[in-house]
Amino acid sequence: MSVTELETGPQAAPAAGRPPVINDFSISVATKNGSGSQTANTTLLRALFKMGIPVSGKNLFPSNIQGLPTWYTIRLNQDGFTARRPRAEIVVAMNPATMIEDHATVEPGGVFMYADDLKLALNRADLTYYPIPAKRLATENETDPKLRTYVANMVYVGALMHLLGIGLADIESALLYHFKGKRKPVDSNMKVVRAAAEWAAANLPKHDPYQVAPANQTDGLIMIDGNTAGALGAIYGGVTLAAWYPITPATSLADALNHYLPQLRADAETKAPSYSVIQAEDELAALGMVLGASWAGARAMTSTSGPGISLMAEFAGLGYYAEIPAVIWDVQRMGPSTGLPTRVAQGDIKLAYYLGHGDAKHVCLLPGSVKECFEFGWRAFDLAERLQTPVFVLSDLDLGMNQWMSEPFEYPDAPIDHGKVLSAADVERLGGFSRYKDVDGDGIGWRTLPGTDHPLAAYFTRGSGHNERAQYSERPDDWERNMARLTRKFETARTLLPAPVLQTMPGADVGLIAFGSTDPAIQETRTRLSAAGTPTAYLRLRALPLRPEVRDFVAAHRVVYVVEMNTDSQMHQLVQLHVPDLAPRVRRANKSDGLPLTADWITDFLTSALEKEK
Amino acid sequence: MTATAAPARPPATNLIGLTKVDYKGLDSTLCSGCGHDSISAQIISACYELGVQPERVIKFSGIGCSSKSPAYFMNRSFGFNALHGRMPSIATGALIANHTLAGIAVSGDGDTGSIGLGQFKHLMRRNVRLLYIVENNGVYGLTKGQFSATADLGQEMKYAGRNELPPIDLCLEALVAECGFVARSFAGDPKQVVPLLKAALSHRGTALLDIISPCVTFNNRDDSTKSYAWGKNHDERINDFTYVPPQEEIRVDYDPGETTSVELHDGSSIVLKKLDGSHDPTDRYAAMRILEEAREKQHFITGLIYVNGDRPGLAEHEHLTDTPLVAFTPEQVRPSRASLDKIMAGMK
Repeated sequence: MSVTELETGPQAAPAAGRPPVINDFSISVATKNGSGSQTANTTLLRALFKMGIPVSGKNLFPSNIQGLPTWYTIRLNQDGFTARRPRAEIVVAMNPATMIEDHATVEPGGVFMYADDLKLALNRADLTYYPIPAKRLATENETDPKLRTYVANMVYVGALMHLLGIGLADIESALLYHFKGKRKPVDSNMKVVRAAAEWAAANLPKHDPYQVAPANQTDGLIMIDGNTAGALGAIYGGVTLAAWYPITPATSLADALNHYLPQLRADAETKAPSYSVIQAEDELAALGMVLGASWAGARAMTSTSGPGISLMAEFAGLGYYAEIPAVIWDVQRMGPSTGLPTRVAQGDIKLAYYLGHGDAKHVCLLPGSVKECFEFGWRAFDLAERLQTPVFVLSDLDLGMNQWMSEPFEYPDAPIDHGKVLSAADVERLGGFSRYKDVDGDGIGWRTLPGTDHPLAAYFTRGSGHNERAQYSERPDDWERNMARLTRKFETARTLLPAPVLQTMPGADVGLIAFGSTDPAIQETRTRLSAAGTPTAYLRLRALPLRPEVRDFVAAHRVVYVVEMNTDSQMHQLVQLHVPDLAPRVRRANKSDGLPLTADWITDFLTSALEKEK
Repeated sequence: MTATAAPARPPATNLIGLTKVDYKGLDSTLCSGCGHDSISAQIISACYELGVQPERVIKFSGIGCSSKSPAYFMNRSFGFNALHGRMPSIATGALIANHTLAGIAVSGDGDTGSIGLGQFKHLMRRNVRLLYIVENNGVYGLTKGQFSATADLGQEMKYAGRNELPPIDLCLEALVAECGFVARSFAGDPKQVVPLLKAALSHRGTALLDIISPCVTFNNRDDSTKSYAWGKNHDERINDFTYVPPQEEIRVDYDPGETTSVELHDGSSIVLKKLDGSHDPTDRYAAMRILEEAREKQHFITGLIYVNGDRPGLAEHEHLTDTPLVAFTPEQVRPSRASLDKIMAGMK
């Protein structure tokens, strides 16, 4: 194997004569983080989206500010499947540190586009090679030396635009979106894009089969990340205090609150805000502020990730036991411990569900799309106030930080529900009240808010043992009665939570249970399994505690696999606990390597597992 | 009817027509003679005398003997007995949600000086409008007699032995954190505590009252600086002052020319008697010096150590208006359908 200086242009295409592959391939761009490649990558993604082609974009990035390897993967799929794929047909290598691996992992028969100053053995006969003079074109077209590194990434955008047939107007439109209509940066980037496209037209004869073609499959759709969606949901849910502490991958949720709240929740004339966003000193304080504000009657939330959830444990138990509403977003990343801050997992299921010492358990919402991030964003407040308890929303890094296509979000279909709150007039009419008395049989007491102007309105909130009148009590019967009521309240919660979504096929006796960001991979898996003769049913969970539909689903299928991204099969354990008599037919299908699940892995796993069943 | 009882004299009432009973709490369960109960009585006196509406007060505490005491004053006020060392964040959230309520927080030296030091400092840094009382006895009572972070270096206690670590001075910590109202007093000195409480309630931000409050069970040996005997014998008042509520004529017992006054944010004022070489409580460096000197010499100085109402409180930082956040209606906190449509259209 010899190392070749690559100045010769693409080789004769080994794939020449192959039929064109239109709107059905993946592009992976390898760069260094901090090099400005995000602009280039999201521009490509949005341009394809604007062309009407179903796409997804996933950023695989390091926990670092500058200089470590980053990959951005764009998948185009005319059937609408947008899950991550293990390999890409088109790899753009801009990072010398990873080029050997990048080169080795191009899908057979694919394309390897590379910055022409990379030194690498081009020894795969199956690939089409396209060198691009990224540095030279950036230098020639950008006078500001500080910006050259950034715009160098636009060279591959221009080259791909030419080779794949992406519209120039779509690129420009995507750049305008990225720079929020600012002409100057758009023009300087467009200059490089044009130059690169012209250079490619003159120097890179096309030898590969990959093409894009305008379609109408994204008409009416939006593209957004789940953290922004969740923040918007919270705003339309009337969030009034958001207290948070910076942590990857949840920070962009608070960023989005800070971006949209001033536009949406400040008085038109006076600019006075009807909200407050506080960066707390840590996650303990963040949840403390949330509980304090909620107790006082304001809709309050925090957003964090696993390590923050760990710190919030004591307050979560207080919220559960003192019965204070709160909304807690957990944008999950890899754990235990610091884990991998920039990689995805669904590993906080049991942590969040049981957070706190003693018999604490919590309502958890499980959004499976950006649309549900929005919907659960506002619904979480209604549930928290109705149930007077902390509600967790368990998103993850893939859902939260990557761009997803979606139908536009629907405006809340129900008025804001503050739950059972007594006014001064109510207290007067009732002649007082007992904070923790189950007067309605649903386990939920009535509360008053601090400042309620009646001598009998006040009560004393505490995390210590208390009776129905919120007085300190060490009496065994008081304790048991209270916990029995909390259990009853949890049963009420079960009936109010979003029901799981059932999809089935004729003849399906294999069931799949999953939740969250794995949905696209599950959908694709089901199509593949069905084509191979195994129809499946799919129950997508949307909340904890589990609802009766889960039992019905397990009972109706010969074998049920719980697909999830963690090492301990956490949801699998919860499902087995939910149906102990049917537990043997509930199987695990879990993987946790920090990357979004692929349909390839799920399909292979299930095919092999089902083979063993026979 | 031939005999009627003599009409009872109507109980005394305050400015808003409430009796002192209206400010009472539950019976205390603390040890008989506990300094904390004296402080509860003084909070009741201060609020009664000021005519504070109990329903407009929220009480906060952490965990520990001190933190039980909010149950023992002002039953008509809402109370939140939070987590150990984490009360400041609860108070911050509640008072952001409704900054028109008056917050009274009670903590202890363990709750504030050890587990809660971080939240204590950030509370002051944010300048949340809150009267923060530390009932400081230098010892963990509920867990039976361990040294707290304010215990004196070299102090001996029956169970804990000798304390080898220097004390944390909470007034100094508050000053470093830019707290604008710092005072120290002694639970056995209601004449000083009550006016301090009143003045602290008028401060626009966090007001710290570090009140030495003897633990009769675990830390009341005469040689302990947190004992009754020590407090009575060593109390060195650094100033004499009178609190004058807003809109009240200033009438004090001092001769004209002998006084200097500090106006507080709500229009009330503190009138200080000038003493020879006396401490100027508006001088932050002087406040630090006097505290550091007292700490070195183990002098028990009491009085108003520092006052400065210039720094905006959290409500001002957050640009809150007269309408508390909790009072915004559902229509005001949920943006319009059209605004969502516009955002959605922009993401296509």
